[in-house]
Amino acid sequence: MGWYNKRLAKSIWVFHLSASPCNNCDIEILDLLTPKYDLERFGIKLVGSVRHADVILLSGIINQKVAPKVTHLYSQAPKPVFVVGVGTCPAGGCCFNDSYNKVPCREDVIPIDMYIPGCPPKPEAMIEGVVKLVEVLNG
Amino acid sequence: MNIEYVFFLLIFPGLLFTGILGLTVGWVDRKVSARFQFRVGPPFLQNFNDFFKLLGKETIIVKEGVHSLFIAAPFIAFAVIVLISTMIGVALFFNKGFGGDLFVIMYLLMVYSVMIILGGSSTGNVYSSIGAAREMKLLLADELAFIFVCMVPVVKADYQLSLEQILNWQSIEGAFIGSVSGVIAFIVGILCIQAKMTLPPFHIPEAETELVEGPFMEYSGPPLAFWKLNHFMLYVVLPFLLVLLFLGGFNLHGLGILWAVLKYFLIVVVMIIIKNTNPRIRIDTALNFFWKYAALLGFIALILAVLGV
Repeated sequence: MGWYNKRLAKSIWVFHLSASPCNNCDIEILDLLTPKYDLERFGIKLVGSVRHADVILLSGIINQKVAPKVTHLYSQAPKPVFVVGVGTCPAGGCCFNDSYNKVPCREDVIPIDMYIPGCPPKPEAMIEGVVKLVEVLNG
Repeated sequence: MNIEYVFFLLIFPGLLFTGILGLTVGWVDRKVSARFQFRVGPPFLQNFNDFFKLLGKETIIVKEGVHSLFIAAPFIAFAVIVLISTMIGVALFFNKGFGGDLFVIMYLLMVYSVMIILGGSSTGNVYSSIGAAREMKLLLADELAFIFVCMVPVVKADYQLSLEQILNWQSIEGAFIGSVSGVIAFIVGILCIQAKMTLPPFHIPEAETELVEGPFMEYSGPPLAFWKLNHFMLYVVLPFLLVLLFLGGFNLHGLGILWAVLKYFLIVVVMIIIKNTNPRIRIDTALNFFWKYAALLGFIALILAVLGV
């Protein structure tokens, strides 16, 4: 598996799943693909279909309405797939923590492997998070 | 059965050579595209990593739809591409026939597109179906012009259809690009292979922003890996076909190797430049363009070739 994990670490295809975010993190995620940060030099590509994804970037608190869809999307992704929570919302709920419509436990909806806190996290912080994931895969 | 043919099919001009060269040229494409956008671009072995990574992922088969066709389509397309690359490569590098002429290559290229259509429409996904329908329209659009383009060298080589006869004729009389009809047909040919590979501006079937990946949307794991490999192998097959038909093939002695690399990369770089400087057009614009202008130009080239210009 070591050899395969190294291949996986060098070609991470990212699917962007916004589960009721305020769109702030989504804009910062798109920054990662711009010429200044250019994540393609690490082999990271943004894909449109969850069937091609290796990493699901989850942003936003998950509210009651999107929760079944998020679970469905996670079950549609080919394994191995990793879920990275971007922003403070998946980690702690941020300022929406007292909302009436958020799910009681986010980990029941989708198993989150890694959190990148920040509101929104800077692109540098997100790159650092991705590097940590790559380090875990490389062993 | 001749052991030489197995070597042709599996190692040198066939599977292994075309696959490795295709993935490498795919890297060139991604790197040059990145430099066009002032980015750094992926590392050298990126496409190999992508391919091996996809081989190890889970294959998900959609509940609705035709399972056998869904799984078979990428592998039939792969077999077709390997066969075309062997036929073209044997004619180019060894100057002999591999049991097929230009018509067979035109048919097999069409089979590749048909496999995309079948694979896309077998899933039952709405986006895949739209992508497959658009692929069908694009095939109808570019096929006419492509047939005219392929007929020009046949006419100029005294109505001979076999690849090695066309090459021999060019080595005696000079490459067909040196004539008026040859130049016109070559330009139309580059536009046609751009559409056959569904590169921008003709990436209408797999439009990332609206259809996400079009026909390949539901594919995952090894079948997706083979679709990606097929696409990169076309980067070898179609430019080699144009080199064979118009640029006089490869002369692999001394400085000829440099010329061969130059000829091949001329076509690839022109394709990448067209890819990076044009936005996507609509399907009706593509149909309009190919039937009204490209096919007309191809037909003019054919008439000029018959007249001997």
